Amino acid sequence: MNAAVLQPTEQAVVQKIRVKELDFYYGSFHALKNINLEIPERKVTAFIGPSGCGKSTLLRTFNRMYALYPNQEARGEILLDEENILSPAQDLNRLRAKVGMVFQKPTPFPMSIYDNIAFGVRLYESLSPRDMEERVEWALRKAALWEEVKDKLKQAGTSLSGGQQQRLCIARGIAVKPEVLLLDEPCSALDPISTGRIEELVHELKNDYTIVIVTHNMQQAARVSDYTAYMYLGELVEFGVTDEVFIKPKKKETEDYITGRFG
Amino acid sequence: MNLYTRRLLVNRFNLLVSLGAMLFGLFWLAWILYTLLVAGFGALGPDLILKMTPPPGNSGGLLNPIAGSLLMAALGTLIGTPIGIMAGIYLAEFGRRGWLAPVTRFINDILLSAPSIVIGLFVYEVYVVQVGHFSAWAGTFALALLVIPVVIRTTENMLRLVPDSLREAAAALGSPQWKVITLVTVRAAKAGIITGILLAIARISGETAPLLFTALNNQFWSTNMNAPMSNLPVVIFQFAMSPYDDWQKLAWAGSLIITLGVLTLNIVARTMAREKTPVY
Amino acid sequence: MSTVADTIEGLQGPSDISTVSRSIPDASLRRHHRFDQAFRFATRCFALLVLTLLAGIIVSLVLGSVPALKAFGFGFLTSAEWNPVTEKFGALVPIVGTLATSSIALLIAIPVSFGVALFLTELSPPWLRRPLGTAIELLAAIPSIIYGMWGLFVFAPVFGDYVQPLLSNTLGALPVLGALFRGAPTGIGILTAGIILAIMVIPFIASVMRDVFEIVPAVLKESSYALGSTTWEVVWHVVLPYTKVGVVGGIMLGLGRALGETMAVTFVIGNAHKLSASLLAPGSSIASALANEFTEAVGDLYLSSLIQLGLILFLITFVILALSKLLLMHLAKSEGQKT
Repeated sequence: MNAAVLQPTEQAVVQKIRVKELDFYYGSFHALKNINLEIPERKVTAFIGPSGCGKSTLLRTFNRMYALYPNQEARGEILLDEENILSPAQDLNRLRAKVGMVFQKPTPFPMSIYDNIAFGVRLYESLSPRDMEERVEWALRKAALWEEVKDKLKQAGTSLSGGQQQRLCIARGIAVKPEVLLLDEPCSALDPISTGRIEELVHELKNDYTIVIVTHNMQQAARVSDYTAYMYLGELVEFGVTDEVFIKPKKKETEDYITGRFG
Repeated sequence: MNLYTRRLLVNRFNLLVSLGAMLFGLFWLAWILYTLLVAGFGALGPDLILKMTPPPGNSGGLLNPIAGSLLMAALGTLIGTPIGIMAGIYLAEFGRRGWLAPVTRFINDILLSAPSIVIGLFVYEVYVVQVGHFSAWAGTFALALLVIPVVIRTTENMLRLVPDSLREAAAALGSPQWKVITLVTVRAAKAGIITGILLAIARISGETAPLLFTALNNQFWSTNMNAPMSNLPVVIFQFAMSPYDDWQKLAWAGSLIITLGVLTLNIVARTMAREKTPVY
Repeated sequence: MSTVADTIEGLQGPSDISTVSRSIPDASLRRHHRFDQAFRFATRCFALLVLTLLAGIIVSLVLGSVPALKAFGFGFLTSAEWNPVTEKFGALVPIVGTLATSSIALLIAIPVSFGVALFLTELSPPWLRRPLGTAIELLAAIPSIIYGMWGLFVFAPVFGDYVQPLLSNTLGALPVLGALFRGAPTGIGILTAGIILAIMVIPFIASVMRDVFEIVPAVLKESSYALGSTTWEVVWHVVLPYTKVGVVGGIMLGLGRALGETMAVTFVIGNAHKLSASLLAPGSSIASALANEFTEAVGDLYLSSLIQLGLILFLITFVILALSKLLLMHLAKSEGQKT
């Protein structure tokens, strides 16, 4: 399994995130092995692979979410706009303000819908009440939720349905205008209709944000992403333009997974 | 008798015994509550909260002990709760690494079950002796020391119930940890924490031992925190052990009041916990 | 309402809010870090406060006991003498009283609590479970002074008039054990105190038992039923071993409470500083001695002896709780669970 850098075939694409020789450990368990990867700007990149292959682990290194827990360690380099975010000097809060994340299960904060969106914005910007209202409305419109909640902004975030909550979390993530949006299996807890809505959303959001999405649903990856990375047992097996990876994969392991020879 | 029949009989017997145990428990509850109602009801009346404790042989009320108990319980809770919540936050949010959290948890469990009379003794040695006299402040401190372990335990447990995904979602926005904790995590656990505080109040309302050698008692009306202050449990103790009929009647009335208060607090706390706890 | 409409509107936006990322002001970041440090420090201090509290209690009790320690040494633990006039004090009677009443309480409370928990989890119809459970917990909520009042004025007379003579005549006539049950039927004494303590402690142990019984996975019980077990057999052979860690914890909780209980015991134990073989005789527990005598104690040695009693009680509770926690950790480890 060659771990060399695999370039997408398009030219003149800016690499937003460059992963260099990344290793990740849960305690003594070697979860990611020598990952080398480049995430292009303003495109959707999907991580696919069977359970336990490390795709979520890799995603969570991009905003150093693992730093919340003891015994989890990353070695190597991850360059965001050519700055190594794994360096000890990296301010984690600054990083996370630039790299947003939406999780598998919807996680509305125990506050009103309005406050859910405003929470992140208030951290680093002081907006006048009118500006804040505009921002909240903008984020909710972008997340295709505005029409449904515009009359009940003061209600608790937890009063929404599952699909609405997830869109709320996406709105919350966009409202702070990050540069990168990480989506960790955002539709796995949702019904098909909500899933469809969110996929439309991702398609529209990529005009403005770099998106990395982890999904165990291959068809979703094929529908939604521009580039796909296939991972297996902690290693990056193949990376390329989605159409190429799915139609003419370069590695047999990739082909086996995609054609469903193993799950 | 074959094995099967014997097993059936054993089963039936033991289940009957367990029914008996349940009735046994309920029997005592019923007897005690019945006694309280019968003995205390007779002395209920507006006089109870309008008049002071009388000298022996006279009739009167329980105004000053009720006021004193309310005052000391309120202050004790006000002092103990913030301390308990902060320590509980440390145990739940910062206690994943290091030695301080496990040790504190261990010690807190011990303090939780420590005899309340020993707490009273401690406050006596450390405060009453130093200051030179009994006082309501001493009683308040003793009650605060009883509140702290309860609040620590419930705060930590409730915070731990909040799923990590919520914390991660806040952190993912670039939020500093103190905001994650105060604005998101604690808020999510709010109902449970309040329940814990209510249960702590219920606990200290009925405590006599810690007040015996701290706040002592006061026959008259006093709001002077630096002097002995009248309080319900000690008054009940004193009046019950006395040979005077009037005093004994007042003791029963006081007992009824305390029990009703404590039971109400308990039921309110438990109903709140059930209804308001968000399900993740 | 369609997503398409939303999407189009989203593209145009209510205003020309650009999606170009904002700059994160350094000042905000620095402020966040300072507050984080301050907050962490503050919570840490309060946690340390708990430790200092324990240390403070032990130190102050030890210091207060110094005069008595100097006067009596270790003999304090074995002497049954308690004479304020000649200033000779010994802790034997209160210690024996504390241990005796707590033992009686546990002997009664453990089987009864088990029965209650069994009833609540297996026998009771579902609609009765919540009210019955609340009723049992109400027993725990009743303040201890109420137990004392009721014990002295209601229970003790009944006990003394009916039960104690019965015990004296039947069990009191037995050869060796009989010595435990002889004596004047006053209604107060070690046995009465033990029984009232049992009633107080039952709700604690029963609640914990019920809570751990309830989280036994249904599939575990079902697999036993599927083999043809009776309800009793499932509980005794499957549920109880599965929950033994929690059960032991509950018992320890009850024991801790029984050892330290003051007011209920004070009312009915009789406050006699005399060692007697009979459970029907009055006695004294550490907590009741403190409650009865502390405010009237005159003389440094008297006071110091009482404080030493308090220290002994605290140490007994401390040791039992610490041992039970270690036992629980050991049990949990041997089962492969994380504590």
